[in-house]
Amino acid sequence: MPVVEISALTKTFPKGNVTALKGIDLQIEPGEFISLIGPSGCGKSTLLRVIGDLTPPTEGTVLVNGKPAPKARADHDYGMVFQDSVLFDWRTVSKNVGLPLEMLGWDRAKRKSRVEEMLRLVELQGFGDHHPWQLSGGMQMRVAIARALSFEPSLLLMDEPFGALDEMTRERLNIELLEIWRRLQSTVVFVTHSISEAVFLSTRVVVMSPRPGRVAGIVDIDLPQPRTNDTREDPRFFEKVTEVRELLRGVGADEHGSVLAEAGS
Amino acid sequence: MRHGVLRALTIGLTVVAIAALYELYHWIWTSTGWSWPFKVDNITLPHLWTIFKALGDPAGYQQPLLITVLLKAAWFTAKEALAGFAIGAAIGFVLAVALVHSRLAQRALLPYIVASQTIPILAVAPMVVVWLKSGWQSVAVIAAYLTFFPVTINTLRGLESASPRAHELMRSYAASRWSVLWKLRVPASLPYLFSALKVSATASVVGAIIGELPSGIQGGLGGAILNFNQYYSIQPQNLWATNLIAAGLGIAFFLAVVAAEKLIVRRAPENVA
Repeated sequence: MPVVEISALTKTFPKGNVTALKGIDLQIEPGEFISLIGPSGCGKSTLLRVIGDLTPPTEGTVLVNGKPAPKARADHDYGMVFQDSVLFDWRTVSKNVGLPLEMLGWDRAKRKSRVEEMLRLVELQGFGDHHPWQLSGGMQMRVAIARALSFEPSLLLMDEPFGALDEMTRERLNIELLEIWRRLQSTVVFVTHSISEAVFLSTRVVVMSPRPGRVAGIVDIDLPQPRTNDTREDPRFFEKVTEVRELLRGVGADEHGSVLAEAGS
Repeated sequence: MRHGVLRALTIGLTVVAIAALYELYHWIWTSTGWSWPFKVDNITLPHLWTIFKALGDPAGYQQPLLITVLLKAAWFTAKEALAGFAIGAAIGFVLAVALVHSRLAQRALLPYIVASQTIPILAVAPMVVVWLKSGWQSVAVIAAYLTFFPVTINTLRGLESASPRAHELMRSYAASRWSVLWKLRVPASLPYLFSALKVSATASVVGAIIGELPSGIQGGLGGAILNFNQYYSIQPQNLWATNLIAAGLGIAFFLAVVAAEKLIVRRAPENVA
């Protein structure tokens, strides 16, 4: 059974009558790492939010683990990571990671051991008693990832999680994220506007076109696993990057992901 | 540690400087005979040492020391103010929680909540005394009337201060309204709540003192102020001393809230107001 099954999805916002997504069909299988990429305004974040039932679809259906999205959300089927780490200042790192577990009614001892396990996973052992503001941006994002994974959701939804980080931190977190993904055998949907990040991380890259947002093409990334820093220097990596870039050019976006026609419209 | 010493030194020096300015003003105006904005003598502005000496003298013929009388009165008023502060803060908080969950209630009630504060406390106090009879309870209600408003307005803002992203995060956990309230809205509102409580703490002392006047309560600072007012032309220092004690009580309330805030609110250092 696919983890995510989207058919004939359309999303319009009544405000300004904007069609954000139109006729999207997409299936995501267990264990896949899917990136959504496209110029700004292509609705990639909206698509992610519809999958997570943070906003309802206008038409079409979204099934997560075979269930309607609202049911999947109620069942805690997915973990969410935003661009901003959204850590609660008044909680320590440990308490932030344990937040979803509190909501699930886990007792204190069980929470404590899971939180410690998660902090080890993201290599933040010893930082449990710190407060979020005492950590760097990259460390804060690792806490957000630990929090999203703490309750072992089958699906991880990530909305440009590394967009605000510097290049070096981002590349290191890319490798860490892939390790976690492999170890937990989870399914990831990842929104990004970086072509190389999408290619490096994904098993498939979904290229989207703007206004209204559609799937312009899907690129299979069959680069060998596990991916390492050497992968970035592999000629096949560049081929895939070029393939994605060509597709993006075709939908009217330059390589930084903004719409060329935007200034003229 | 060194920081604390430095701070205590600054506070001490400020007090000394203000006292020196007061006496300097007194000296210049009396020696030149200037009468603008008012004539300065030992009745209009008694010397500081007269005021402090008065604290150690009997409050009147065959009466205990003034300091004893005033500290008793302050303790009496403090209890009324504390009760009023607690009632007002609780009502203010509950009201804010109710308002944040209902746009309709917010639109319907907020104008009246604001309007309630435009009615002078001196007009409300006699009515409360008529309703509840003269006693500490009516004084506490009057103090609460001054306390609840800043708490409601600030807490309401604080409860709405969490980012939309934080609310989406809670939604992704399928969190109940109750969880969102206690795990997100209330913790996010605490800095706002405490800045309101600082205003309310001093307001509750003022409310209690004013509340004592129409209640005819003699045992508190309000009674003391009324009493020493009548003897101002003979013993101005007694009223001044009473004001000092009243100010001290307000400051003590304020500092208690600051201490509670330090214990409870955890915030990034740069966000501390």
